[in-house]
Amino acid sequence: MKIRKFLYSQRVAPYVFVLPFILSFCFFWIYPLCSTIVMSFQDILPTRTEWVGLKNYKKLLIDTTFHQAVINSFQYMLLTILLLIPFPMAFAVMMDSRLVKAKGVWKAFLYLPALTSVVISGTLFRLMFSEYSTGQLNVITGILGLGTFKWLKVKATGLFALVMVCCWRWTGVNMLYFLSGLKSIDGALYESAEIDGASAIQKFRFITIPLLKPTTIYVLTISIYAGLAMFMESYMLWAGPDSPNNIGLTIVGYLYKRGITKNQLGYGSAVGLVLLAIALVINVVQLILSGTFKKEEK
Amino acid sequence: MESRKSSSLDKLGMNKKNKILSIFATGWFALLSLIIVFPIFAGLLASFRPGQELIRKGLSIDLDVTTMTLNNYLYLFSGNADSQKYFMWFKNSLMLTLISVVGTLAVCYLVAYGLSMYEFPLRNFLFFLVIATMMVPFEILMLPLYKEVISLNLIDTTSGVLLPGICAASTIFFFRQYMIGLPKELLDAGRIDGATEYGICFKIMLPITKPAFAAMSILCAMGAWNNILWPMLVYRSASKFTLPIGLNTLLTPYGNNYDVLIAGSMFGIIPVFIVFLCFQKYFIDGMTAGAVKG
Repeated sequence: MKIRKFLYSQRVAPYVFVLPFILSFCFFWIYPLCSTIVMSFQDILPTRTEWVGLKNYKKLLIDTTFHQAVINSFQYMLLTILLLIPFPMAFAVMMDSRLVKAKGVWKAFLYLPALTSVVISGTLFRLMFSEYSTGQLNVITGILGLGTFKWLKVKATGLFALVMVCCWRWTGVNMLYFLSGLKSIDGALYESAEIDGASAIQKFRFITIPLLKPTTIYVLTISIYAGLAMFMESYMLWAGPDSPNNIGLTIVGYLYKRGITKNQLGYGSAVGLVLLAIALVINVVQLILSGTFKKEEK
Repeated sequence: MESRKSSSLDKLGMNKKNKILSIFATGWFALLSLIIVFPIFAGLLASFRPGQELIRKGLSIDLDVTTMTLNNYLYLFSGNADSQKYFMWFKNSLMLTLISVVGTLAVCYLVAYGLSMYEFPLRNFLFFLVIATMMVPFEILMLPLYKEVISLNLIDTTSGVLLPGICAASTIFFFRQYMIGLPKELLDAGRIDGATEYGICFKIMLPITKPAFAAMSILCAMGAWNNILWPMLVYRSASKFTLPIGLNTLLTPYGNNYDVLIAGSMFGIIPVFIVFLCFQKYFIDGMTAGAVKG
């Protein structure tokens, strides 16, 4: 009875409610995070575990395959940011105007790709980027008079295919983010700007873009993370973690190959922690540059 | 959104009832939609042709109706070994999605309830931890979690797939943002009426949180239905594979199973499409909640 009264008291109840999170946080976040940090200083063999100090990290410094993976992930991230912020933003502004008719239909169509699993979209793109002249992309380049390409065997076109999968899947979603950001802008601002004689471009530049900033920062943040951590898209396009000359190898792909395929948990952990460091640094720099921290201090 | 009096382009001063501009803008989105639908449409057409053609020719739009047959779908529903395998994956995916949605929503609702309805010393710190977990991509924890799941003997079990993700930070975040705006007076009113803290949570607050449940259940369901990386690591026996894992096993260089692969892929999109068409509004609410407030 006493226990019951204790558990039902107003002071204890909130802790009962948040208990699942505390447990999950300890078991599935803090523990694995610490264990991956520990493992990154170890060599984990089937029979014994050896402390090797910084050996794994030193190896990463001279591991050219890893460097290739980092470069690939960075290129992919930068390209997806360049394509998946300005265009969806422009589409959202267009979509928000009264010029566009039947908005619901177009929004539904643009959103469709996000519903398909990466397995299905990856398979479709793998087959579209087929090196045969009858593959869809080669049909298109054929019509344009560019000849045929071995899309998934060359670095530049392979990266293009990866970026295309990403744009195909997320353009509509990012547009929705910007649309909901536009909804929160106060119309009175545009009216007063109009009275002051501002042009359409000035209004876009000095009202729309600054007030969309929270949305832009959000989209940028998730794009940085998703871009750096991309793996399954590449896995599907090349039907596995291996690609010719590692043209489709990403950081997480390398982590998977080392940690899971080759069962080198120590080395794989080091790869993961380097990725985490890169992601955090980029994100913090991005948030400082965009002034997000300053705003919260007020 | 459509019914609003003014919109941003109008506010920019482009509202000149310009019909040509309107046709151009609408046409642009029609073209964009066409490009977007293109791969799925090509896949749909291909699903009516022998799978061998896919491996020989790749995927492209081929509108020749005379070469189309229903054979792939007849094979898929024939009840033979391949067909049985496919529907086993389908059933596994449905089950995993169902359990995952119910479990995630129940847990995340409770946690968010605690974080938003009470003032207690650790509240802000715990909410900070929720945000912190979102800062580390899952892929980084994949290796240690894999090792942990093996040592907990949860490998090849549904618990092993579900437990690490059941306290989804983004879902807690969404519920918390939704509930923080609800009137706290309801709690006191409930207490005066003699309800316990848990009674208030389930009988008073749960019903008014329904819209948040609708948005999150759809988002969680889509995530669970399409998830592959973690289930692929945890599930080992072929009898437990979900649809994405199963379809992935068909993607062999020999292409001997492409009939099932292409027809099965197309058929596998259908449940998600139906749910999307029925609950489009909730989809969009759930998706965009983080962007506006975060």
